[in-house]
Amino acid sequence: MTTPLIEVRDVGRQFRVRAGLLAQPKRVVAVDGVSLQLKAGEVLGVVGESGCGKSTLAKIILGLLEPTAGEVLIDGKHLASLDRKERARLIQPVFQDPFSSLNPRRRVRDVISLPLVAQGGMSSPEVNRRVDEMLERVGLDPSMADRLPAHLSGGQRQRVAIARALVLRPRIVVCDEPTSALDVSVQAQILNLLAELRRELGLAYLFISHNLAVVEHVASEVAVMYLGRIVEQNQAASLFRDPRHPYTKALLASVLTPEPDLGLPETGLGDAMPDPANVPPGCRFHPRCPVAIERCSRDVPATQRKEPSLVECHLAVPA
Amino acid sequence: MRGWRSAGLWVGAFIVGFTLLVAIFAPMLSAHDPFAQELSRRLIPPIWMEGGKPEHWLGTDQLGRDYLARLVYGARISMLIGIMTVVTSGLIGISLGVAGGFFGGRIDDVILFIITARLSIPLILVALAVVSLVGSSLTVVVATLGLLLWERFAVVARVATMQVRNLDYVAAAWSAGCSQPYIVMREILPNILSPLAVVATLEMALAILLEAALSFLGLGVPPPLPSWGLMIAEGKDYMFFSAWVIMVPGLSLFALVFGINLLGDGLRDLLKTGRVA
Repeated sequence: MTTPLIEVRDVGRQFRVRAGLLAQPKRVVAVDGVSLQLKAGEVLGVVGESGCGKSTLAKIILGLLEPTAGEVLIDGKHLASLDRKERARLIQPVFQDPFSSLNPRRRVRDVISLPLVAQGGMSSPEVNRRVDEMLERVGLDPSMADRLPAHLSGGQRQRVAIARALVLRPRIVVCDEPTSALDVSVQAQILNLLAELRRELGLAYLFISHNLAVVEHVASEVAVMYLGRIVEQNQAASLFRDPRHPYTKALLASVLTPEPDLGLPETGLGDAMPDPANVPPGCRFHPRCPVAIERCSRDVPATQRKEPSLVECHLAVPA
Repeated sequence: MRGWRSAGLWVGAFIVGFTLLVAIFAPMLSAHDPFAQELSRRLIPPIWMEGGKPEHWLGTDQLGRDYLARLVYGARISMLIGIMTVVTSGLIGISLGVAGGFFGGRIDDVILFIITARLSIPLILVALAVVSLVGSSLTVVVATLGLLLWERFAVVARVATMQVRNLDYVAAAWSAGCSQPYIVMREILPNILSPLAVVATLEMALAILLEAALSFLGLGVPPPLPSWGLMIAEGKDYMFFSAWVIMVPGLSLFALVFGINLLGDGLRDLLKTGRVA
């Protein structure tokens, strides 16, 4: 069996938040005991609502945040032991908001060439050639190279961000909600571009999104996060056909349909928002769970695995 | 309102630019030596007043020195002090502020403490004490003001750095494999310069006024150097009968500080609307 490109082992991250000068610092659990693997050429989708810890997980995997527990291996090597250039050659990010992910004072050419320049040892004609090639690959005209980000549309900016992520030919790209800040008409273009580039360059994506339709479109495997934990994971087709965890079922039920007559879908989740500073005892989902029984508020459900699927619920078995 | 604002920018830029040119070309602009005394021609009024003489456009002072020459050379002192002070205090303040904002944690705590300590120091009193202890010279005035006026640079640089540090393009530069110094110099600094440019104008105006105040108190630029503050101080005994001896340097000082502030306000609006990218 080949080594997975990303292996996350029992990673956790807590934040201390102080509400006031004399207030007792609160512990916010953003990510709690998450394990996952991303294999070469695969797309692992991570879904969950806002605040469930998916962006924190992405930051940990990118090495932007230190985990407070567990470890991350990239291509079999500890993330912390990689030097910055080596890490950059393996893993690159595409962020959500292309308006904040491009330095407003640098021209497109300088933005895209940044990873090449950081590696060092490349002549400037070579750098320019790679930038032009990359611009063409992401569907931008090479004449855009001398523009400032302010003169580009959201979709064009996201293409520039993708070009920057791919210019070093990394093996993994972490996409943190790459389409949710874009106009609906542009989202599909960016998704298709990402899919196309993945096929051509043999990339693996960790694809984070709150949008199930988007994840269903791109992912080969899906992990569902709730309050910092993965509560269900399975191959994309099986997960969408046969969800086992009540939270996954509710998420799937919440997908809006185009027919206006149907009204808003009923998820049975209630309107209590989960609070990572105050994780409920027992199953962390039980206060919102439509099928919770007495035991759910008492015992933490065990992780039940049956490769390739996983579920954490007293009332479900893995698919 | 906007039209007025950008008019203010141009007026301010004109005043500051004009003063700068005057300061640079001072020797060519006045036929007289600003230090040459001629006691027989004391307190000649300016040319447009009764008794004015065509060879002294702005008259002469109480020692018979040409007032225009002294005013023009005084512009040198004011601009020199303003610019040198801003450079010194800017270097100190921006380094501290960026370090605190970028590294956070313990380093930030220490830098915040230094800023607070500086804020609790009474500016004029310390400047007076230092100058009277060390003795007054141009260098001492610049050094004292430079070492005292950095706190606004530090506060603004620190907050701006904290905001920029958390933006995705800094995370992207980090992921791209850039080193920490590169990220600070190329990704963060260029994006916090606009608020700092505004602080620089404010500090420059303040430094010029403080120099004038110190010189007026006899603890700034030592005589016979022609500083505007010193000119006001030397002229104050004659102000009831020859009001122009304090009005000429006083108005110049007012116009320069006013112009710098207009320039600062205009810059702020310009940079805020992003017309300069």
